[in-house]
Amino acid sequence: MTFVAKPKVHHPLLQFNEIGLTRRDYEGAVSTLCAGCGHDSVSAAVAMACNELAIPPHRFAKISGIGCSSKTPSYFLGASHGFNSVHGRMPSVATGANLANHELHCIGVSGDGDSASIGVGQFAHIVRRKVNMLYIVDNNGTYGLTKGQFSATNDRGSTSKRGVPNLYSPIDLVSMALQIGASFVARSFSGDKQQLVPLIKAAIMHKGFAFIDVISPCVMFNNHNGSTKSYQYVREHTASMVDAQLVMPHEQIEIEYAPGTLKEVDMPDGSVLRLRKISESYDPHDRVGALNHVQRAQEQGDVITGLLYVDLIASDIHEVLETPSKPLNKLSEADLCPGSEALTAVNASFR
Amino acid sequence: MTSYNDFVIRFANVNGSGSASANGMFAKALFRMGIPVASRNIFPSNIQGLPTWFEVRVSEEEYFGRRSEVDIMVAMNAETFEQDVASLRSGGYLVYDSTKGRDPKLARDDVVPIGVPISRLILSEFTDPKQRQLFKNIVYLGVLTSLLNIDFSVITNMVSTQYKGKDELIQPNIHALEMGRSYAQSYLDCPLPIQVRHSERLGGRIFIDGNEAAALGAIYGGATICAWYPITPSTSMAEAYEKHASKLRVDPDTTEHKFAIIQAEDELAALGIVIGAGWNGARAFTATSGPGISLMTEFLGLAYFAEIPAVLFDIQRAGPSTGMPTRTQQADILAAAYASHGDTKHPLLFPSTPRECFDFAANAFDFADRLQTPILVMSDLDLGMNEITSEALEWDDHRKYDRGKVLDADDLDNMEVFGRYLDVDGDGIGYRTLPGTHPSKGSFFTRGTSRDEYATYTEDPDAYSKNMDRLLSKWETAKTVLPSAVIRSEERRAGIIYYGTTSTPMSECLDMLDEQGIELDTMRIRAFPFGPEVVEFIDNHEIVFMVEQNRDAQMKMLMTNELDLLPSSIQSILYYGGMSISADFIVDEVLSYYQTNNIPRIKVVST
Repeated sequence: MTFVAKPKVHHPLLQFNEIGLTRRDYEGAVSTLCAGCGHDSVSAAVAMACNELAIPPHRFAKISGIGCSSKTPSYFLGASHGFNSVHGRMPSVATGANLANHELHCIGVSGDGDSASIGVGQFAHIVRRKVNMLYIVDNNGTYGLTKGQFSATNDRGSTSKRGVPNLYSPIDLVSMALQIGASFVARSFSGDKQQLVPLIKAAIMHKGFAFIDVISPCVMFNNHNGSTKSYQYVREHTASMVDAQLVMPHEQIEIEYAPGTLKEVDMPDGSVLRLRKISESYDPHDRVGALNHVQRAQEQGDVITGLLYVDLIASDIHEVLETPSKPLNKLSEADLCPGSEALTAVNASFR
Repeated sequence: MTSYNDFVIRFANVNGSGSASANGMFAKALFRMGIPVASRNIFPSNIQGLPTWFEVRVSEEEYFGRRSEVDIMVAMNAETFEQDVASLRSGGYLVYDSTKGRDPKLARDDVVPIGVPISRLILSEFTDPKQRQLFKNIVYLGVLTSLLNIDFSVITNMVSTQYKGKDELIQPNIHALEMGRSYAQSYLDCPLPIQVRHSERLGGRIFIDGNEAAALGAIYGGATICAWYPITPSTSMAEAYEKHASKLRVDPDTTEHKFAIIQAEDELAALGIVIGAGWNGARAFTATSGPGISLMTEFLGLAYFAEIPAVLFDIQRAGPSTGMPTRTQQADILAAAYASHGDTKHPLLFPSTPRECFDFAANAFDFADRLQTPILVMSDLDLGMNEITSEALEWDDHRKYDRGKVLDADDLDNMEVFGRYLDVDGDGIGYRTLPGTHPSKGSFFTRGTSRDEYATYTEDPDAYSKNMDRLLSKWETAKTVLPSAVIRSEERRAGIIYYGTTSTPMSECLDMLDEQGIELDTMRIRAFPFGPEVVEFIDNHEIVFMVEQNRDAQMKMLMTNELDLLPSSIQSILYYGGMSISADFIVDEVLSYYQTNNIPRIKVVST
């Protein structure tokens, strides 16, 4: 397949963000995924969120594993470095990258095969480690690049394109993330930009490990009548719990939500997180409640979307390890090498 | 006739009985008397209850290799008593607990039995069962101070230092020492004809194990990230890094830690973290052993192909599979050199002393940054976990880290074209940029898939081959960067090649062969890929021996393969029993080769 490169001309109606960039500056290479792939919508949502946050694109580090989803970091934020690593191992590479330089915003993109099968161990452990990053799973319930095998997130009874039902229980990454202690857990749908973009913005600004499971239909292998990850199924079975709107400290945006359904939360950095409560009884700060809610809905075949849990005073791995404010990769010999005098004392301790 | 500072003593104990501390104190006491010593802990893969041995080679001649003949046996384990008695040389001394009389299994009349009623002595002095167990070890230490004429004040000072802050432990320990000492002086012939005396041989040297020295090398070499997974015999390296970094790398004013240690979920993740950090410009390492290397091969392939600096310490143990986790071997050479699928190869370093563990560890970070590839430091259990007399560690304060080819924002502004994998200097190494460097220039996509010189994905045959060829050209550059072999040549007919811990018994081995009329030139391999001096040495010798601690002659295979040699050009001497190789073994093999092939010796030796 060949593509015509996008022309780099500035359309007069393109809006500039606060740092003088337009949405074009947050785009990447042209996608090589199938037309209509949910993953492309996720990439577009990430680009839009970063543009709206007005963070320079080169201050992001994009890391992925292997699979259709893991190709996508090429398709957004072209001015930032990306690392397409090995299958299921994005979490460890992201951990190392974040340890080396905490000043960069780390975005990890993975898929359901990448995170729920081959990389399920690494997924569990990056949650534990509190790496400050946005971890997105483009979840389509299928192995696209190898042509349509079931993945571990596929619901029991969901059928393949050929009509064969899946006989095994699904792994729900949202439940895992909640249970292991992620400080920001959300689920969304690739086709719902209204919900997804604010979630991504909030996740990027969240200090701690932020996880978004995005149901993202595979138009080739998992978008038929028997699939529970199809556009149609998800649209019919979605129950949105909490919408998130992140308002930067210097922004004066009024959100027109009916009184009583809007919950404003002050973020530690001065920004305000506005949560729209669709269900009055839902409390996004209750980890156990969230877990319950997600699993109850799942039993009924419903997909709960929105911000399911957030811990606003979360800490990250750098706080745990007490690393310096200066990134480790910027420390010089003077910072790192104890020198010959200290070595004299070290030698003496071995005599 | 009395001999001084020349013997092997072996302690046979039960694992978990507290013997390690007493035995360690014994070795350190001799070192503090200025005597060259090497210790070896021969332990089971077990925490409590199985047999364990501790061996100390005391050698004014500085022969530090293992010697199979034991001069003094401290037999404290009933289970292995028979075997322990059997391992004594004729005329050797057997120290044993005689509380229950002489063991009928002590059936040899060519050894000197030295019975000490250790349990009985303890029983009357200590009531706490735990203390009774622990102080048995201290009592035999006291006995040995008399038998071997060890400076008693050295030991009592060590006890005082060791239990500083836990003063209530000092007095009972010293009491137990004195009990043993006075029993020996009253009832035994002291000192023995083999004994110790103060020596001046040590100079400024230190008593240290390779893992601790390597950990210090990582700190001095600027490593800020250590990601690891516990595995014997590498664990103590990560722990030593933490111990020393907590002293040397904590800012006294801010208490900030200028390092990060992650105990990962497995070895895959450990190397993944190292690679993520290396990609983002921090110096990072992992310490592991053979089974970990097996798991890391996937990431090693990625780092080779994507060209990311990483440092790995492989503290080798006996394989295959779980093998003998607490025994030593050099059996990961091929697995490390060619780790991962596809056409891959990795530079290896072979330290042979703790001092070299320190130097090579620090240098490995420069090599990794310069060559933009993983560097594997191939130590082993014998070197990593056993304290031995070593040159003191040294650091040149004028030294600057070589961070390799990394462009900053100004460099990028002054460049017309940036291609991550463009070979502009002809050394096969491209320039890299770190994430976040420049708002619009120098970003690229790192991947394990094939790409062109500008880091764009490609399946074009020419672009793919060109990239693979450039990696070979980088391999040639590696030969000029890595340490060359150490050669001692007097243009003799025969030469011997060794590396890592097969170097330890070599001085003794050469002296023994010399007495047999066989003189050998020597070559110690310090790195892979091999420099031109290696081929030259092999070409210049009619007979070439290669000493290794593995079954399959892995270094020989690597050499014959890489240097296009005839396999018959190298005679292998292979020991793979899991103990460290001894000079006797090598000498026997060389002699047998000479005899079998009727090779004349330099001088006639009467047999």
